[in-house]
Amino acid sequence: MAINWFKYSSPSSFYPLAGKMIPVFMTLAILLIMGGLYWGFFETPDVLSDQKQYYKIIYVHVASAWMAMWLYVVMVAWAVLGLIFNTRMSYMMASATAVTGAIMTALSLWTGAFWGQTSWGTWWDWDPRMTTQLILLFLYIGYIALQSAIEETRRSDRASAVLALVGLAIVPVIYYSINCPDPNECASLHQESSLKRVEPNILIAMLVVTAGFWMYCFAVILMRVRNIILQRESHTNWVERLEAFR
Amino acid sequence: MSEFFAMGGYGFYVWCSMGMVLFLMLLEPIVLKIQHRRLIKSIQRQKRRKKEN
Repeated sequence: MAINWFKYSSPSSFYPLAGKMIPVFMTLAILLIMGGLYWGFFETPDVLSDQKQYYKIIYVHVASAWMAMWLYVVMVAWAVLGLIFNTRMSYMMASATAVTGAIMTALSLWTGAFWGQTSWGTWWDWDPRMTTQLILLFLYIGYIALQSAIEETRRSDRASAVLALVGLAIVPVIYYSINCPDPNECASLHQESSLKRVEPNILIAMLVVTAGFWMYCFAVILMRVRNIILQRESHTNWVERLEAFR
Repeated sequence: MSEFFAMGGYGFYVWCSMGMVLFLMLLEPIVLKIQHRRLIKSIQRQKRRKKEN
């Protein structure tokens, strides 16, 4: 079956499709996040002994930190599609992704601060992972600010897409900030990412919560993109023909 | 029950983290929903004005 992808690159056909998908993604998000957290809080053995229950922050910390990084890649992918094909929809998706990405980055820094205080005895340290994550937050904010600073939509879309693309350089830096070839050379408080060493129940809970975060992000990004479509296309005929306006 | 909330003495840290996650992840869709309703209303107004003219 051939799907005509270009059909959905037009706002008039994407708007109703997104509207149908939002409740599906939201329901999945709630189920997965609640299920994952339940498993993480009640069904995992206290591997770190009773005294160290702060490790439960891991479920939301890791999920939000992963989302922060992945959403940046997603945002750049949309921006690049926009630059290549000059499709309005791609740019709208890119700017809808940015705010959620910034929220995820802020959440990872917030939860990280509370974890850091318990296990390292400090809310903040200029460790490579934290510093690069903070730069990621500034990149998201810069993208949003640049877009709102230029009034003409086409120019602001293209300018912010280029900024996002340049900022992509931070993603491998974030990754290698803890996975560097020679551990002696990177003075990171974070330990190397080691999914294999994590206790299986904790790992499952973590992955389920992360899947839930993905679903949540899909849902809110689609909600935001629908708003952006209405803002930008309010003068068009197809918007006036929508059910809400009959 | 209170033992659960105490989190072995780390309740403050665990619940401050979870609380902020819950707060922002509820706030974001609520704000978007309100924004959506306002947009619909403003477009309805715009349509009515068009008809009147």
